[in-house]
Amino acid sequence: MTGIVALYIFMLAAFTGYEVISRVPVILHTPLMSGSNFVHGIVLVGAMVALGNAHTPLEKTIGFIGVLLAAINAMGGYVVTERMLEMFKSSRARGPRPGAH
Amino acid sequence: MSGAALSTILGRDAAIQASYFVTAVLFIVGLKRMSSPVTARSGILWAGAGMLVATLVTFAYPGMSNYPLIGAAIVLGAVFAWWSGKRVAMTNMPQMIALYNGMGGGAAAAIAAVELYRGGAEGYGAATLAVTGGLIGAVSFSGSAIAFGKLQGLIKRSFRFRGQQALNILLLVAALVCAALLAGHFNDSPRVVTGLFVLALILGISMTLPIGGADMPVVISLYNALTGLAVGLDGFVMHNAAMIVAGTVVGSAGTLLTQLMAKAMNRSLANVLFSGFGDTGEAPSGTVTGSLKPIEASDVGVMLAFAQKAIVVPGYGMAVAQAQHKIWELCQLLIDRGVTVKFAIHPVAGRMPGHMNVLLAEAGVPYDLIADLDEINAEFETADVALIIGANDVVNPVARTDKSSPIYGMPILNADRAKNVIVIKRGTGAGFSGIENALFYLDNTRMLYGDAQKAGAELIQAVKAVG
Repeated sequence: MTGIVALYIFMLAAFTGYEVISRVPVILHTPLMSGSNFVHGIVLVGAMVALGNAHTPLEKTIGFIGVLLAAINAMGGYVVTERMLEMFKSSRARGPRPGAH
Repeated sequence: MSGAALSTILGRDAAIQASYFVTAVLFIVGLKRMSSPVTARSGILWAGAGMLVATLVTFAYPGMSNYPLIGAAIVLGAVFAWWSGKRVAMTNMPQMIALYNGMGGGAAAAIAAVELYRGGAEGYGAATLAVTGGLIGAVSFSGSAIAFGKLQGLIKRSFRFRGQQALNILLLVAALVCAALLAGHFNDSPRVVTGLFVLALILGISMTLPIGGADMPVVISLYNALTGLAVGLDGFVMHNAAMIVAGTVVGSAGTLLTQLMAKAMNRSLANVLFSGFGDTGEAPSGTVTGSLKPIEASDVGVMLAFAQKAIVVPGYGMAVAQAQHKIWELCQLLIDRGVTVKFAIHPVAGRMPGHMNVLLAEAGVPYDLIADLDEINAEFETADVALIIGANDVVNPVARTDKSSPIYGMPILNADRAKNVIVIKRGTGAGFSGIENALFYLDNTRMLYGDAQKAGAELIQAVKAVG
């Protein structure tokens, strides 16, 4: 990937993130923060590759810690976000919300 | 290498890249769905599917070894996270998010560290990205750990001393020097790499320690954005499109979310980072006149039972007492009697914006009864009773009138304009900011002392007794 293409991807992804969040109501701030916290758990993929290419004991140790931490980020982020949003379902099931938002 | 083997690898590589592309799409759709209450729940499922695809595909990444180590680390981490995430109470959610976020930052730092120790980041561009990602990830890691400790009550004090800002700047400069040595390939020795990470970790700690608990949500949100950025930068180093897109999206979305939160709390980001709340050094001026007038639960029960309209203002005190279920039970009794009941939520009720909505949802309160500040403020004048439960600063009318008050200018709920104000409160102490609450001394205010859970139970009995 050439530098300039990478820069384009960076710019477009940044705008995408901004656009996606820009009209979110306050009631979703906490779950959304948790959800975006889960999404950067994708660091797991990078940590796996880093450990997969590690050779010295030092590299392996740090790589192992990296995968461990990334797995906690991804799994933990998913579980708590799912738990929070689960409750929004139950309040919806009680009847559609009239008017507001 | 034979042609057949090469094409297999190329084919596999194309399949992996295609899967990462699918993951990026799933993440963006997932986040988009999470930004509306109607579709929020399906959003996390979309994003979760993306994560699963990316993780599985990465096992097939060409040229990897150490599979037993990778598998062991994933199982260990996932089991711990699953266990801790399932049992954490909703009230403790903010610090749990901080913890998981810090882990992501640590992982981003670890990736950069492996690349730097191995000499894998060749060229100025890759090396610059690696040291920046590592630096930001390490700050986010140790900073989030401190944020977790503070909200969990493990760290009780705010450590502030003279020259703290100078120390932080010194640490930052020293870390940047190490970063520059590595990025410019002036000195690639492992000692410089170690120095960079040690300095960054200390910087994260010393930046976060002085920040007060009330501001912590904004800080956690900021570290969330920083972790995203670090992941994106690592993605460039590793030529991994899924990491670039997901990390950058979270980086910018998190920055916006941080700004929205700071705005909801009437603070600027700089203000949060560089000065502690109530850190003015002088005692808050307490020019409140009048007296606190206590009331019995039975009288409040009668008042509520015959009201036309009651507005409940819940605060963090209610959540701490785990009283939301009792309060909702009380409100259901009132609704059955024909009383119009609404919940008024201040943006910073609870530990972070939106946290109180989660806690009320947990108790089963339907969200059409929950109104935010802009929707409800005009309605207090028509309410017979405003029931304040464990909320304090967010209903303090001083914020409208007293320019010398630290909370001056903060938008508040106009509970003082209701015909009757009932305040359920454990004791006579001041709020989080240490400011006397003028609302408690008003002529139309009565104090119902006691634990919110116990008071809720008494009120239920009182309303039932009315018949």
